[in-house]
Amino acid sequence: MKAVEFRDVSFSYGEGTFAIKNLNFSVEEGEFVAVLGHNGSGKSTLARLCNGLLVPDAGSIRVFDLPVGDKTLYDVRKRVGIVFQNPDNQTVASIVEDDVAFGAENIGLTREEIGRRIDFALHAVGMEEYRNATVARLSGGQKQRVAIAGVLALGPKMMILDESTAMLDPRGRREIMQVVKRLNEEEGITVLLITHFMEEALLASRAIVMNGGEIVMLGTPNEIFEKREELVKYRLALPRISRICSRLREGGMPVEYTLDYEILAEEIAKCVSKPSI
Amino acid sequence: MRIQAEHLSYVYNEKSPFAARALNDVTLTVEEGEFFGIIGHTGSGKSTFIQHLNGLIRIPSSLKKRKKYKSDTVLRVGDFDLASPKTDFRALRRSVGMVFQYPEYQLFAETVFDDVAFGYKNFAAEKPRKEELEDAVRSAIEMVGLDYAAVNDLSPFDLSGGQKRRAAIAGVIVTKPEVLVLDEPAAGLDPLGKQEIMQLLHRIHREWCKTVIIVSHDMDEISENCTRAAVFSEGTVKYVLPPAELFVHTDELRELGLDIPLTAKICEALRRRGIEISCDFTADDLVRKLLARREGIC
Amino acid sequence: MLKDVSFGQYYPVDSFVHRLDPRLKIVFLIAYIVALFVASNFYGLAVCAAVLLFAIICSHVPFGKVFRAVKGVLFLVIFTAVLNIFFYNGDAVYWNAPAVLWEWHFLRVTQAGIVFSVFLVIRLVLLVTCSSMLTYTTTPVSLTDGIESLLTPLKWIRFPVHELALIMSIALRFIPILMDETERIMNAQKARGAMLDSGGLGKRIKAVIPVIMPLLLSALRRADELGDAMDARCYMGGKTRTKYKKLTFTWRDLIVFLLLAAMIAGVVVLRIYLGAPL
Repeated sequence: MKAVEFRDVSFSYGEGTFAIKNLNFSVEEGEFVAVLGHNGSGKSTLARLCNGLLVPDAGSIRVFDLPVGDKTLYDVRKRVGIVFQNPDNQTVASIVEDDVAFGAENIGLTREEIGRRIDFALHAVGMEEYRNATVARLSGGQKQRVAIAGVLALGPKMMILDESTAMLDPRGRREIMQVVKRLNEEEGITVLLITHFMEEALLASRAIVMNGGEIVMLGTPNEIFEKREELVKYRLALPRISRICSRLREGGMPVEYTLDYEILAEEIAKCVSKPSI
Repeated sequence: MRIQAEHLSYVYNEKSPFAARALNDVTLTVEEGEFFGIIGHTGSGKSTFIQHLNGLIRIPSSLKKRKKYKSDTVLRVGDFDLASPKTDFRALRRSVGMVFQYPEYQLFAETVFDDVAFGYKNFAAEKPRKEELEDAVRSAIEMVGLDYAAVNDLSPFDLSGGQKRRAAIAGVIVTKPEVLVLDEPAAGLDPLGKQEIMQLLHRIHREWCKTVIIVSHDMDEISENCTRAAVFSEGTVKYVLPPAELFVHTDELRELGLDIPLTAKICEALRRRGIEISCDFTADDLVRKLLARREGIC
Repeated sequence: MLKDVSFGQYYPVDSFVHRLDPRLKIVFLIAYIVALFVASNFYGLAVCAAVLLFAIICSHVPFGKVFRAVKGVLFLVIFTAVLNIFFYNGDAVYWNAPAVLWEWHFLRVTQAGIVFSVFLVIRLVLLVTCSSMLTYTTTPVSLTDGIESLLTPLKWIRFPVHELALIMSIALRFIPILMDETERIMNAQKARGAMLDSGGLGKRIKAVIPVIMPLLLSALRRADELGDAMDARCYMGGKTRTKYKKLTFTWRDLIVFLLLAAMIAGVVVLRIYLGAPL
């Protein structure tokens, strides 16, 4: 089944220019897809279209075979959850447990079921110990994990992360990426990861590059990162490691392009002299 | 201006159940002309430290309160003695510019011009002449790489994310402070935006502000840009070293929960394969040294 | 760091009083205030004071904390007392001295005035203490829950009880964030030479614009993002919503309820049999 399917979708914020232009794309159930693009490339708009926070000007969107429209919003949002960028602006309640319960309460579950969902969601993001903690006292990464738990409590089949790591420090970023990967692999949740960190896109099975509201590149992360000139054209900076690879090659050391520093070290080791001891 | 702190301590909310020791006996010197880095987690004391530098947090001067500071506490920025109650904090703030995290959220005026002019007017001894003000604002806006003619009449809220941040920085450097302190100047920007901001800071460092201090989580940023860096943890300073010497301590840094730069990770992986590379942890130097050791055509 | 102080009201320990149903505590406070006004003599107040003292002991909130709450309204208390000493007229005699102790033009100190002032001071102090005990022993969240539950009957007249409670809980969530933000913006503008704490009134009002504007914009931006996040989590108003946390009335609450009833009965009986000595 297709988790999301866009057919000829266009959307404009009403300034004459299209934020999304004639877009066709789909995500299979269980997939992990990364969406890359510089600020203003239309990738956040794409996220908001997926669960009806924005309504397309033209074209149609289906989510798990359900057309996204006014009448289906409730069911669409139960299936597709979004985690946003700012960790401070997504929590409704002051206490972790109460906030995770919010979504589950909205869909009218029984108390017992809500309790079970909170247990499950907090466990899935590794925040069980913080059940009764005050949200304000958590770190950025922990707040985002609570936000993910809040979405999980709705029992979604798909999760969209709209630059959810952009405001976090490296440690928080790692925490979130681990959680997301586990949810995809163990719970079978479809993931659409919107990011401008190329390193994060590596976890995906497929990556999409957006520019000017259109999909301009499509493929596995490695395929995409090999087309370096093209990426630069779309205002995407190459990961630092790719730049080191290029410069080594330019200098005459024939290393393979890789995004894993262990592999790069292996490649380099083949080419440099070991000190004779 | 040389910055010199000795035995500096600070406690938040003293006498309340939430009292927290933010700085504990910090001793640190930043020489004039440095591009200095400060590394540490949220809550490591780095924000408290930089807020001392322009008197946003003051060393209490009354004797009673002074007890909690060791009597040998020293905090000097150039000729300003911040431990003395007679310090002219206005003059100090003019010489020490401070750019907070997400500075674009402090924009407030109707036009970019007015916003940038705000600091200049505040610090001027008397109302500046129109041409003088215009000159200062124009050069600050041009310094941060914005087109003066195109943006000066715009509302700052109509600028793009990266432009807003530049405008906010212009609003701080408009008085040409000798020391510029920036808290996470590249946070939240896309990778290209990050690179551009760092280039901008180097330009400001070359042309306007003798000393630049940045707080950053990004170790690559520190290793590529800084002359020296201080590592804060739990209110104390663990290391003050040039990147070339700092990132040799990979295990210790990891123990503090900090990352290490990519170059250090590559060197570490090579060492495990029996190859010792000593470099200063900039990509330039690493690539050069690796190429110098290239053997045959493998 | 302001956020730490703002929640200083709640005193986080586990006690009999902390565990009471917030609804009961709110009802208790209201009933207590009524009782204070029903009490017409010192015996009635003594009963009220005894009950409150018992509650404070059971709550493990240190007396120092409780007095701090009273200190906050000390000026008001003294002001009321002084006003009443000089202006309350009565000819009752309580001790062996003339009814009017001192007189100067329209100012007059009577025995009745002094006694009445003392009476008022005690009443005010008890009132403030009891209210602060509610906030010391109840988290803002359960206070909101309690108010929502108590207001439920108003749903019949289409009063938006659920929305009101949600607004309160969101406000509680965002107060510390916005306080932090205010501090940050103030610091940023001070670093740009803004003089926020000097000059005349006009100057100061002008000086807050650089703080208020960014703060307002930030609050709007946050509200916008929070709205999206709530929508995305299927928020559709209160109709189909269930509640995870149910407030439950336990044996503890029953004991306190009986105590409350006894106190009110006592105060009423004392009023009827001893009358007003004032």
